[in-house]
Amino acid sequence: MRRVATTLASLAAFVVAWKLLTVVTGTPNYILPAPEVVAERAVRAIGSGLLWEHTAVTLSEILLGLAVGAATAIAVGTALGKSVVIERVLSPYIVAAQSVPILALAPLLDIWFGGGLLARVLICALIVFFPIAIATMVGIRSADPLLLELFRSLGATPAQRTARLEIPSALPVIFGGLRVGVTLAVIGAVVAEWAGASSGLGVLINIANQGLFDTPLMFVALATLAVIGIGLHGLVVTVERRLTVHP
Amino acid sequence: MISEATTKAGTGLPVRLEGVGVQFPPGDRPVEALTGLTLDIPAGSLTVVIGPNGCGKSTLLRVVAGLLRPAAGRTLIGEGAPTEPRAGDGRVGLAFQQPRLMPWLTLVDNVALPLTLAGEPVAGARTRAHRALERVGLAEAAELRPSQLSGGMAQRAGLARALITDPPILLLDEPFSALDALTREAFDGELQRLWMDRPRTVVMVTHSVGEAVRMADRIVVMTARPGRVAEIIPVHLPRPRPATLAGDPAAAAIDAAVRAALAEVHPPELTPWLDR
Repeated sequence: MRRVATTLASLAAFVVAWKLLTVVTGTPNYILPAPEVVAERAVRAIGSGLLWEHTAVTLSEILLGLAVGAATAIAVGTALGKSVVIERVLSPYIVAAQSVPILALAPLLDIWFGGGLLARVLICALIVFFPIAIATMVGIRSADPLLLELFRSLGATPAQRTARLEIPSALPVIFGGLRVGVTLAVIGAVVAEWAGASSGLGVLINIANQGLFDTPLMFVALATLAVIGIGLHGLVVTVERRLTVHP
Repeated sequence: MISEATTKAGTGLPVRLEGVGVQFPPGDRPVEALTGLTLDIPAGSLTVVIGPNGCGKSTLLRVVAGLLRPAAGRTLIGEGAPTEPRAGDGRVGLAFQQPRLMPWLTLVDNVALPLTLAGEPVAGARTRAHRALERVGLAEAAELRPSQLSGGMAQRAGLARALITDPPILLLDEPFSALDALTREAFDGELQRLWMDRPRTVVMVTHSVGEAVRMADRIVVMTARPGRVAEIIPVHLPRPRPATLAGDPAAAAIDAAVRAALAEVHPPELTPWLDR
């Protein structure tokens, strides 16, 4: 209850500050729209079905990209954590892929993978991959050597060691990576849409901003992306609380 | 399970160490932990190993458990055609100095671990784990997590886990070191009772002379690093022994003999301090 109240108070303060800024500076709505203008635009966009149409597309890209990216990252991260040789071979490519600006890469990926949903999911998965893979690798290596010796003394197979000791030990760290990953997934989806798509919140931002000069609509799209990010992050935190034991 | 039949007969398995040498690390300038260690541990005996800090007592247990392959000599377990130990061969139960419980598992699942790793169905394993917890007085704590336990409870759980496969050999590395003196005496009593109910070969490492005299059939005194056997002192006291042997002249004589042997083997830099 108290937590909700704190959040609401902080949100109210943010809106008030935003309103004051527009009043004091006298900025026109096409540069910085006032909160009530954005709210009114949101109501219209929801009513016409426009917002949901684009949100559904982006949300499915985010969720699929996250699923593909996280699953691959956890598998690859486990392999990296368990084998120094695999780490030596793969890590330059992984770091390179992460260092290359995704904005430059996205149009190419869009062409290579047919320009459809598949391409956008892959772009999203690529940006999600890095933090989760690195977190998994670090987590796998954090397994307590004393527990590793215990498993050895009990004759555990390598597969049992991974499934029943190393992955549970890594779970809190993997969730740290997932928290970063979900927010990057939102950015990944928008970048993918900019590289070539006909619908989605990223497309809506472009249309509102450059086509219609409808800045309030662009703010509606940005706010929706923020809400998606906050919601997914909250979901990860909830699952984390359920799955990991805090000593 | 080789263990069941042998243990029920009440003997356990004998262990023989022949000229065992261990070096750490096995690299360029290794430190010798054990050297030329020869020791016969009879089946069903309760042997207590005592010695100065860092003399390789824990290393000795890890060699017997097959966790460490000695650079020299060999270790043989069993009668007739004895074989070298292999980690996880099921002949040895280990209770470590730190209880080594997994923080994300409940106590009953921690204790069931040796069984579930061996492929036993979870339901049956948990039933046996509940019984093992009862034996060490932790029936009520079965669903708790390690972070909710006191140090003593965690160490008892570690003991229950070591006993759950009913191994013919039980290795105890200062199993009750985290406890205050009185609790420790009580736990030693419980352990003695468990062993008398179902005798097996027990090797227990301790720092405490009192505990050694309370528990042992034979006390093995080790030299300072690199560890060897300095002296074996037999303890012929009737069982069950009381929590404290103070005032028992036979026990006092053994106590004095162990202390004399320890003073003999202490590393030289400690001797002046001991003399004060």
